[in-house]
Amino acid sequence: METTRFKVNGKSVELQIDPQTPLLWALREQLGLTGTKFGCGMALCGACTVHVDGNAVRSCVTPVKAIAGKQVKTIEGLSTDRSHPVQRAWLQVQVPQCGYCQPGQMMSAAALLGVNANPSDADIDDAMAGNLCRCGTYARIRKAIHVAAELARSAK
Amino acid sequence: MISRHQAPFLLCSCAATLLLLVGISKFLPRASARGQANAGNTEKSLLAFRAVASVLNSPRCLNCHTPSDGPLQGDDNHPHAMNVKRGTDGKGSPALRCFACHQTENGKALHAPPGAADWQLPPQKTPMAWKGLSMGELCRTVKDPTKNGNRTLQDLIPHMDTPLVRWAWSPGPGRTVPPLSHDEFVSRLKEWIDTGAACPE
Repeated sequence: METTRFKVNGKSVELQIDPQTPLLWALREQLGLTGTKFGCGMALCGACTVHVDGNAVRSCVTPVKAIAGKQVKTIEGLSTDRSHPVQRAWLQVQVPQCGYCQPGQMMSAAALLGVNANPSDADIDDAMAGNLCRCGTYARIRKAIHVAAELARSAK
Repeated sequence: MISRHQAPFLLCSCAATLLLLVGISKFLPRASARGQANAGNTEKSLLAFRAVASVLNSPRCLNCHTPSDGPLQGDDNHPHAMNVKRGTDGKGSPALRCFACHQTENGKALHAPPGAADWQLPPQKTPMAWKGLSMGELCRTVKDPTKNGNRTLQDLIPHMDTPLVRWAWSPGPGRTVPPLSHDEFVSRLKEWIDTGAACPE
């Protein structure tokens, strides 16, 4: 066990933890942030996507030691009042079916909009290709990302 | 008959001719030896490159040194799952970066994402692609600074010692390694460069 310090959703945390522990388990088991889901455990499905220093990463294969001193954002940190453009767009378009993959989808979408305020369909396909949805909500996800981009632009 | 006036001139002409012949005779064997040496070096160089190419053409190298717009996977060089893209800097598309999944070390499970520091493909503007090239084309590509990331021949040597290149020899479970050891590979690369970096036709 070692002490690892980082920030989650703006709050400093300090964990006594095996440094090889996947970030996903630290978030879910140690910190109680269960919005981030376990899907495949091998970075193959994207359900566990969170942001580390603003970039989308797969928390199931990211060891805690790799995020020491960094800023982590989970689905709970997008906003506390559903005001993030991605949250508003997801509600507006009614994207989820079963919903299990959606926290990861939304975090990838938010990361995309962080670097591209007006993504094309091709940009969306490239960015979201690593997030799988067994319900097949891809068309609604793409539509919601366009809506979120528009909401973010109109809010400025 | 040679007159008294012609004799000194003839003597000088003979001396000059003799000197010229001596000069040529001294030069000719050397030129011949140099030619043989060059031919020997060229042969050595070509053999060394053949060994180098056996590594460059291994799946661990080819999967990123590809002309496609995304990386390949496996020993059969199939397209990377999820249609992953190269991106302009070779580190993935803006919101799906290589490091989203690839850590600085290999995943321990079979088929888990492999990892090394600076995991990336060559950048879009110089993709350093050699999948599908003949031996000669590969050789000229590796030598050409406009196609090899603006590297001199000597610059190629430290590149082969980066963590990402070295990863090819410890690629994690389920992946084959190149046919030469890393030491032998670097040694043959140096030999190829030192012997003139000859390329097959």
